[in-house]
Amino acid sequence: MNNLFKAAFIIAGKDLYSEWKTKQVVTTMLIFSGLVIVTFSFAFDPSNNAVRAIIPGLIWVITIFASLLGLNRSFLSETKNDNLYGMIVSPTDPSSIYLGKVMANFIFVLIVQLISIPVLFILFNFRFLGHLPLFICVVLIGTFGFISVGTFLAGLSANSRSSEMLLPIILFPIVSPIIIAAVQATRILLVDVEQIASAISWMQLMGAYNVIFFVLCFILFEYVLEV
Amino acid sequence: MIETKGLIKTIGDKMILRGINLSIKKGESVAILGPNGAGKSTILKIIAGLIKATSGEVFIDGKSLKKDSYEIKQKIGFLAHNSFLYDHLTPLENLKFFGKLYGVKDVEAKAKQLVDEVGLSFFLHDPVRSFSRGMLQRIAIARAIIHDPEILLFDEPHTGLDQQAIKLLNEVILKMKANGSTVIIVTHDFQQAVQTCERVIIFRNGKLVEDINNVSNNLELVTAKYAEQVAIV
Repeated sequence: MNNLFKAAFIIAGKDLYSEWKTKQVVTTMLIFSGLVIVTFSFAFDPSNNAVRAIIPGLIWVITIFASLLGLNRSFLSETKNDNLYGMIVSPTDPSSIYLGKVMANFIFVLIVQLISIPVLFILFNFRFLGHLPLFICVVLIGTFGFISVGTFLAGLSANSRSSEMLLPIILFPIVSPIIIAAVQATRILLVDVEQIASAISWMQLMGAYNVIFFVLCFILFEYVLEV
Repeated sequence: MIETKGLIKTIGDKMILRGINLSIKKGESVAILGPNGAGKSTILKIIAGLIKATSGEVFIDGKSLKKDSYEIKQKIGFLAHNSFLYDHLTPLENLKFFGKLYGVKDVEAKAKQLVDEVGLSFFLHDPVRSFSRGMLQRIAIARAIIHDPEILLFDEPHTGLDQQAIKLLNEVILKMKANGSTVIIVTHDFQQAVQTCERVIIFRNGKLVEDINNVSNNLELVTAKYAEQVAIV
């Protein structure tokens, strides 16, 4: 068990260090997020109260599409010199590779959210009056669910010739429950705080989804790596 | 000791390996020869744990690769066609990453020592993307031996190397042999095979068709046996 986590941290550390050196993934994700926020802030009048209703959806649009950019790169960057094979032939459990990749992708998306969500609130002149700790919880749980399934499917599609096209096609049907739950919970916590009990129900659904899909992906990743 | 029992590998309808039974003693150096598509690289990849056999088993020191893969992979150093190195990282960073995966103690010192041994200490902090094929192969050799493996698997290691790099590679192989490591080389280069190995195995159409012992520097014997086996179609 110790080796499993140790190898996962080494792989995640390598990915984070690579990103620190190349600044390719997070920069692309941030540019995309900025573009979405600016476009929508021009398309809708921020002074209109009805516009508040689109903010929860926008948070998840940014998260999903920015994550896709990162997820696609996550395994494609391992194919250039068959780098992934280097990890497979080492005494590293396939689950460690999955776990390491999930950790790195999760951190990349959190960095993007940490910057883009406050910018979104500022440009839409949105005063946060909701439940901040629960809102953070929803963002973390929703992002983790999306990333855990996304990382698994990114690994699966990496060997395909058109992996960048394949990933969204196979990912969206599977993550739709968590996206629906995340958008609903975020909407309640941002603009409809009276129905907080309902938000907690959505969060429970997200929690159950995360446990089931994370365990499944963790176990099945070994078969994804089969050459 | 490496032992394979009835190894079969099929991809789609194609049978790559047709029941390979092989036994290699500890400390032995073996060259695997054969025409393209004979299954040489496939058997090496199966022993390295990179791909799984359709049926049959690999035993190393009496332990099954399926059941004790963690322990067995710790003993194996694998040098493939590709370097497995990350382009944007320096030799030191690459070696440190792989060294950590193998649990090498004092990995930085070990990595620096290996880069020095392969003659690239001047390029220690340059990203490997700027390296030539020969320089990459040297770092790839360092990567394969960073954990002092007991078994070395080389897949066409001499391809694309200059004379100096070939000399360095052969020195590494002979040094590892002297240290008691088992070496398996898949190659098309008969000259290098007889220079570094005492046993030659010839593969054809997924079958082991010839197993010759005591071939050290006996190029004529190997060439004759190869012609005899591979000419039969």
